[in-house]
Amino acid sequence: MSAGPRTPFENKFIEWFDQRLPIFTMMNKEYGVFPTPKNFNYFWNFGAIAMFMLVTMIVSGITLAMHYAANTGLAFDSVERIMRDVNYGWLIRYIHMNGASFFFIAVYIHIFRGLYYGSYKQPRELLWIFGVVIFLLMMATAFMGYVLPWGQMSYWGATVITNFFTAFPWVGEPIQTLLIGGFSVDNPTLNRFFALHYLLPFVIVGVVFLHVWALHRTGSNNPTGIEPKDERDTLPFHPYYTMKDSFGLLIFAIVYCIFVFFMPNELGHPDNYTPANPMVTPAHIVPEWYFLPFYAILRAVTIDIGIPFTDITIISAKLGGVLLMFGSIAILLVLPWLDSHPVRSARYRPKFRLFLLLFVVTVLVLGKVGGMPADVPLFHITKDFVFTTTHVAQIATVYYFAFFIVILPVLSRIEVVKPMPASIHEAVLKCQSSCGGNA
Amino acid sequence: MSTHDHSSSCCGGGSCDSAAEPNKSSQGCCQNTPAEGECCGGGSRRDFLFMTAGAMAAVGVGSVAWPLVDQMNPAADTLAMSTTEVDLSQLQVGQSMTVMWRGKPVFIRRRTAEEIKEAQDIDVQTLRDKQSDSDRVKKPEWLIVIGVCTHLGCVPLGQKTGDTRGEYDGWFCPCHGSVYDTSGRIRKGPAPKNLEVPQYTFLSDTLVRIG
Repeated sequence: MSAGPRTPFENKFIEWFDQRLPIFTMMNKEYGVFPTPKNFNYFWNFGAIAMFMLVTMIVSGITLAMHYAANTGLAFDSVERIMRDVNYGWLIRYIHMNGASFFFIAVYIHIFRGLYYGSYKQPRELLWIFGVVIFLLMMATAFMGYVLPWGQMSYWGATVITNFFTAFPWVGEPIQTLLIGGFSVDNPTLNRFFALHYLLPFVIVGVVFLHVWALHRTGSNNPTGIEPKDERDTLPFHPYYTMKDSFGLLIFAIVYCIFVFFMPNELGHPDNYTPANPMVTPAHIVPEWYFLPFYAILRAVTIDIGIPFTDITIISAKLGGVLLMFGSIAILLVLPWLDSHPVRSARYRPKFRLFLLLFVVTVLVLGKVGGMPADVPLFHITKDFVFTTTHVAQIATVYYFAFFIVILPVLSRIEVVKPMPASIHEAVLKCQSSCGGNA
Repeated sequence: MSTHDHSSSCCGGGSCDSAAEPNKSSQGCCQNTPAEGECCGGGSRRDFLFMTAGAMAAVGVGSVAWPLVDQMNPAADTLAMSTTEVDLSQLQVGQSMTVMWRGKPVFIRRRTAEEIKEAQDIDVQTLRDKQSDSDRVKKPEWLIVIGVCTHLGCVPLGQKTGDTRGEYDGWFCPCHGSVYDTSGRIRKGPAPKNLEVPQYTFLSDTLVRIG
């Protein structure tokens, strides 16, 4: 991380320090004068907001770890002790619990921003891939964190998720035994999940560093998707975007606080306040809301894929569901090559925009269906054929994958774009005269 | 090293420095045609040392990595808990009990005559996981299966009176709707396999050891 040529600082101590380790020069270059497109809208706040949430989670998490006992006999009670006896323990735990949800909210909006404005396209492919890796690490961390209170949902969530691995023939069960350290989810599982739940956030910090580093190599994308051409297109990061980010963060934090203080359990499941019981499965197991779309894809696969007219099954419904669920995230890794259209922003791609918004609706529908019990009858199509939530999930799953595999490659070839401004500067000037100051 | 290009490219080591002339003898290691000389296939003593050191390093890394992986497998005390003995004398015909084995519930059912008949009469070829009832029990009256749905590991309902037992009078998994019959075989829903039968032995008529 060379900071390049230095301009001396006035303050003698800073200058002394910076000569030996140019941190101040680097910070000034990357966060002070860093040229940033001047037309950001509020969608560009969510990277900074996600960063704030990561720090919040690490600070509140380390604090909780000081009072938590990772043992099946003690875990549930130690969490209740945090809630009742530890000074401000309730606050720290509610910050952490709801923090996970708000971290995901920020990241989902951040991902949507990337999709809508084509931020994943050349030359930002690697930046995007690091982002997907962060998302995967977040999912693993969140899942293991949810196991720690050792309530019913913790236990059965862990059981269901680790059972995914048994879907793979031959190697599946040894892998599952290795992961949970026994024949069922038990104390060894809880211990290692705690160790990994503590470790992974720091791995996330490392990948976030790479993500930001890659961002500062290419510079930010912007709502027009047009690269800045001269200094009329950019503003220094400070004070313009430090201010805009702070304002957005403040609004976000207000909503977050409303949940922490007034509805802290709204996003959780009451079942998790029942201690884990390996002998009784709760009637309705669902993951946390941020996993629901993927859970719906898992459950959407109900048929075995085999060789026709024989009994030989190649991919069982169970394996098929697991593969599709992992595939639904893995496909994001190759998105930059599936969508090769030269224009980034959906502003100038009306068809892409329509299909993308339909994709967002699909994900929301999957989330809704994933939260419901399997096979809820909705209405009759014929007398014998009942349309159920499983059918909804199947149709949505088909669209989810078709969007990436069919629609994007086809649009890349055929979509005609709307007229585009020559530069960011021109786009902003045109907007000021025609769209009422709405940047 | 050698000033001769061909010798350094052939042997890459100091031992061939003396062999200034190419094709000097059939024993020489610096021939352009590597077919005969011993060292030209793999190289010099330096290459040998390099490769053996590399191989030892790989073995070393592997022997450190394996304990770090294997520590995650079930520990000795976890394995030691792997049998349990159950007294069956209190169980009446038509009743079930659930016992804990390896942290999982085991369903023990003293089946009624109808249930046994139902389980035996089915055509095995129509089943998803083809197993006859006689392969799944040691004594037809006693069905012993692990009470874990083979889909994603939930505990099916059907042990308590009043539980939903599904349309095949066995068990019903509330998580994703798998239905099992009176032999614990999968009949409907997403689960791929029958309820697993644990290893067990009857120590006497009323005492069974699972595991």
